[in-house]
Amino acid sequence: MSDHDDFAATLLSDTGDCPPGLRAWNGSDPAQRFAVYRNNVTVSLIDALADTYPVTQAMLGEEFFRAMARLYVRAEPPRSPVLAWYGDSFPDFVQGFPPASGLPYLADLARLEMRYVQAYHAADASALPMADLAGLLADANALAHVRFSLHPALETVRSRYAVVSLWIAHQGQTPANSLGEINLDLGEAALLIRQGLEVEIVRIEAGAAQFIDCLRSGASFADAVHSAAPFDLSNALALLIRGGAITHFTLQE
Amino acid sequence: MNQPLSDTPFMGDAASAASPVLPSRAGIGLKPEHFRDVLAQTPELGFFEVHAENYMVAGGPFHYYLEKIRARYPLSIHGVGLSIGGQGPLDEDHLARLAALLERYQPESFSEHLAWSSHAGRFFNDLLPLPYTAQSLAHVCAHIDHVQERLGRRMLLENPATYVQFAASTMAENEFISQVVCRTGCGLLLDVNNVHVASVNHGGNAHDYILGLPLHAVAEIHLAGFAEATDSIGQPLLIDSHGAPVAQAVWALYAFTLGLTGPKPTLIERDNAIPELAVLLHEARQADAIMERLFKDSVPGTESQKAPA
Repeated sequence: MSDHDDFAATLLSDTGDCPPGLRAWNGSDPAQRFAVYRNNVTVSLIDALADTYPVTQAMLGEEFFRAMARLYVRAEPPRSPVLAWYGDSFPDFVQGFPPASGLPYLADLARLEMRYVQAYHAADASALPMADLAGLLADANALAHVRFSLHPALETVRSRYAVVSLWIAHQGQTPANSLGEINLDLGEAALLIRQGLEVEIVRIEAGAAQFIDCLRSGASFADAVHSAAPFDLSNALALLIRGGAITHFTLQE
Repeated sequence: MNQPLSDTPFMGDAASAASPVLPSRAGIGLKPEHFRDVLAQTPELGFFEVHAENYMVAGGPFHYYLEKIRARYPLSIHGVGLSIGGQGPLDEDHLARLAALLERYQPESFSEHLAWSSHAGRFFNDLLPLPYTAQSLAHVCAHIDHVQERLGRRMLLENPATYVQFAASTMAENEFISQVVCRTGCGLLLDVNNVHVASVNHGGNAHDYILGLPLHAVAEIHLAGFAEATDSIGQPLLIDSHGAPVAQAVWALYAFTLGLTGPKPTLIERDNAIPELAVLLHEARQADAIMERLFKDSVPGTESQKAPA
């Protein structure tokens, strides 16, 4: 049984070819009928990318975005029937796509959008009760050695470009007004945090993002603080606590 | 016409007789756009159906809403990515994800398609056709046996909407499906819209197609809308778009089918151009009304026979 080889290969080609062995009851051209399948595959996968990357699409315009997405779909069709994560390599594709090279921030914007999807569907977890944290926060010695577990939906983004401002500007009703005021060359960082059912994207200092990334990788509190560029620690901690992002901690000597 | 040929449940394994089943009423596909409205309105409805793959994520809003809605309604989990008609072995990772989902939500029904969607490690996100031969029959039956064994339950198999036929096919689609049902003991999810679409696309007779199916195995019916195109010689080519209301011809074929099967759980399917919840509920009421008209005294939960509160 090799007919699926031909069928599958032809689905992802742009030649208008038809796999062998197909027929139509009335003698009409099977290639034209086969094209329905090719169209279903391509369009549904482009739609899946458009769902994940709405702001990237808004920056490029629908026509440009879909043309680029079509090339991506052909180059990197899904490996899994779970499409929530389809397109996780799309930001890298965007980065290497010459026609989009005039928009150097685009790949990081796309990365932010994929992190949003990841945060949206990540596992649920309960925040540590404030009472459990209060004692710890009051004891500087203990705090230095503590290792925090953070919520699975927590994500950070750091970019050389103002992609967080770009993303935020597209969430309101009138994005065009504020877009012009964004200085794209000012680097930004963001914390993505899911509280209840909503994913919130908050602009944070680059140092705070480094600190949070270190905590996530299992560093002690003191090591995470020291390995990050200067940042407002109490602000960052308040953000994590208010967002219910600390789920567990362990004390180690 | 109103006399069912058979309404006895599948008796292939002891467990299935005792398992809960979907009520013989209309249901709709559950869409994230309608999560809040469904919970706020809790409309009168036979069941909800979800695509399994959309809920193969760890947590977040999709599971939050599905758990709440499942607690209030019967549930059908409908897979679109198992690739039962595929030539390679079934994806064991995917089967494991399915098993976990079924374990979590304990749906009254699980169904999949007579089609393939993955090949050589790639997923095409479409329901692709296969030739109907002795070889493909053996292959599909082996896959369904494996699925039913792995999931520990009977599955329903859905007839496809197709646009091409294979020169290699040696049997008709309904004959192929009959053989699969007979050999594996799976149930049949009869998509009446797909019968209409395939009959138009291949110059067949939809009524004959249905009469040639193992109707005793029908455990659910799907209804949906199609889009109209033409083939290279200008004859109609219907596209199973799931993006339009159910067509008049399909409602008529539905009534014909019900006359043969008796009342059945009936899904209004809409996956594209999704309208307001009220529009889908209205179509569900149309299906309920047809069942009521045909089987005045036997449809549970309708006006004529309301369950006590």
